[in-house]
Amino acid sequence: MTAVTPTRPWRATPAVLAAESASIAAAAIVAVLLVRFTGFEGKLAIAALFLVLATSFTALNEGRQRGWEAAKNAGARAIVIACAVIVLVPLMSIMWTVVDNGRHALRLNFFTQDMAIASGDSPFDEGGALHSIIGTAQLVAMSSIVSIPLGILAALYLTEIRGRLSPIIRFLTQAMSGVPSVVAGLFVYSAWILGPGKTYSGVAGAMALSILMLPTVARTAEEVLKLVPDHLREAGQALGGTQWRTVAGIVLPTARSGLFTAGILGVARISGETAPLLLTIFGASAVNLSVNNGPVSALPVFVFSHLKLGTDNAVARAWTGALVLMVLVLVLFSVARWFGGRKSR
Amino acid sequence: MNDLVAKGVHAWFGDRLVLEDVNLEFAHGTVTALIGPSGCGKSTFIRTLNRMHEFVPEAQFAGEVLLSGKDIYAPAEDVTKIRLRIGMVFQKPNPFPAMTIRENVLAGPKLARLKVDDKDVLVEQSLTQAGLWKEVKDRLDAPALALSGGQQQRLCIARSLAVQPQVLLMDEPCSALDPGSTLRIEETIEEIKQDVTIVIVTHNMQQAARVSDYTAFFLAELGEPGRMVEYNETKQIFSNPQDNRTERYVTGQFG
Repeated sequence: MTAVTPTRPWRATPAVLAAESASIAAAAIVAVLLVRFTGFEGKLAIAALFLVLATSFTALNEGRQRGWEAAKNAGARAIVIACAVIVLVPLMSIMWTVVDNGRHALRLNFFTQDMAIASGDSPFDEGGALHSIIGTAQLVAMSSIVSIPLGILAALYLTEIRGRLSPIIRFLTQAMSGVPSVVAGLFVYSAWILGPGKTYSGVAGAMALSILMLPTVARTAEEVLKLVPDHLREAGQALGGTQWRTVAGIVLPTARSGLFTAGILGVARISGETAPLLLTIFGASAVNLSVNNGPVSALPVFVFSHLKLGTDNAVARAWTGALVLMVLVLVLFSVARWFGGRKSR
Repeated sequence: MNDLVAKGVHAWFGDRLVLEDVNLEFAHGTVTALIGPSGCGKSTFIRTLNRMHEFVPEAQFAGEVLLSGKDIYAPAEDVTKIRLRIGMVFQKPNPFPAMTIRENVLAGPKLARLKVDDKDVLVEQSLTQAGLWKEVKDRLDAPALALSGGQQQRLCIARSLAVQPQVLLMDEPCSALDPGSTLRIEETIEEIKQDVTIVIVTHNMQQAARVSDYTAFFLAELGEPGRMVEYNETKQIFSNPQDNRTERYVTGQFG
């Protein structure tokens, strides 16, 4: 028999797509022409005119072909896309500003040297942020080791055990997530550094960050675990699994990618924190591998202190620090996503 | 007069052809049963009839489905209008849990923004057609989930009927129900078939024999896409099947 080619009749045909692109292109041309030859002026006017014209042109195009309902649909779609673009523009602008300003001081030695013998004002090929990169890595690792397991366990208590303390714990995590970060720093400063800790240290910083990270992880993990259907829990227990074995073998793997997201959100919450770190790790200019003895640095603190110096070279270094922090967080997220998205076998 | 005509319907999931060249006509006021073993493409087929096949992201399609002579896959067709005219009842009863019985029946007109002259009349009429009115008339404002499984399924049928569809697709509507409820639903089908053309997928051959006027037998041979093997009046399919495979299936020798 003759082969029949599969199609997706519900998809827009090339002709429809062409007509749509044509109306968007027409909108762009008319917008430029209007600005050139009438009272409208400036790039912003082009953008605004383009949005209005593209919306109405695509709506007209659809309406001509498929009637009023389709026109409304096309108009609404154009407005939604325009909103998405408007939201994305500031984000892209921020990223571009960081990249643009950060590239000047970006040298290899930025990753291999610390600022022990260089000052913020030194030329760019002297000194770097190695101490801060190591510090940030240590802090994030220590806080994650404490907060991610604790947060997930708290979420498990709320969703699986549903014990008598659940309402209180839920209330406390909510209250904790509202704590200003500097308060967490002050708390560790007064309770640990002025007390048994005796000195600024990486551990003190990780304590403050853990306090901030814990509620984020716990609340996200709880939401994710609530999405696991109850009949899976029942099925697991009906096979003779204990509650613990069912949670470990069925519930957690089912919620796996969501739990990774909970961890990511926790890391995102703390990796850019500056205020609590100023009170707990203080900041340093040399690599300090010891986490419980003396001040250490972290990238946000590096950025903060160099901005405060105010000289051209120092400010450029601060931007580079921000750029490295941004890329670091981005890489961390991609890796976690990749792990979380992989099918477990 | 044929309400619904499927012409050369093919369906794919990704590149895998699961349904090949199905041609069927559904006449007004008749009940057509689609039977066949699991995985033979009958559920896929019924989902191409109201364009629910395209909800699967990788799904592809070829062919035509004519509703009163117009192809529902034509680019100018509004898919929501089509689904308004071709209702569907699913395998598992799915009343809207946050709504009362009455609200469930009125959900269709509300979602489609249809003007209803007298809501009470529509509720009573739909529930009566679905054979549920006597049981629920005193508790229309009770939550829909308070009903038993069989009642919930009849509520779903009433909900589908409230928008007065031309065609009603039923995808194994009784497979999750007890025999008593199954019987009630079969009575309901008998009741409504003058007004609505019914296409029903069922695994239960006695049910197909009881409720349907026509029967189509689907089969997917190992490693091949599903095809329609035989179509005829139900009496013929069960008493005098032309194809040897149909005979073996309806007499319970495989599947």
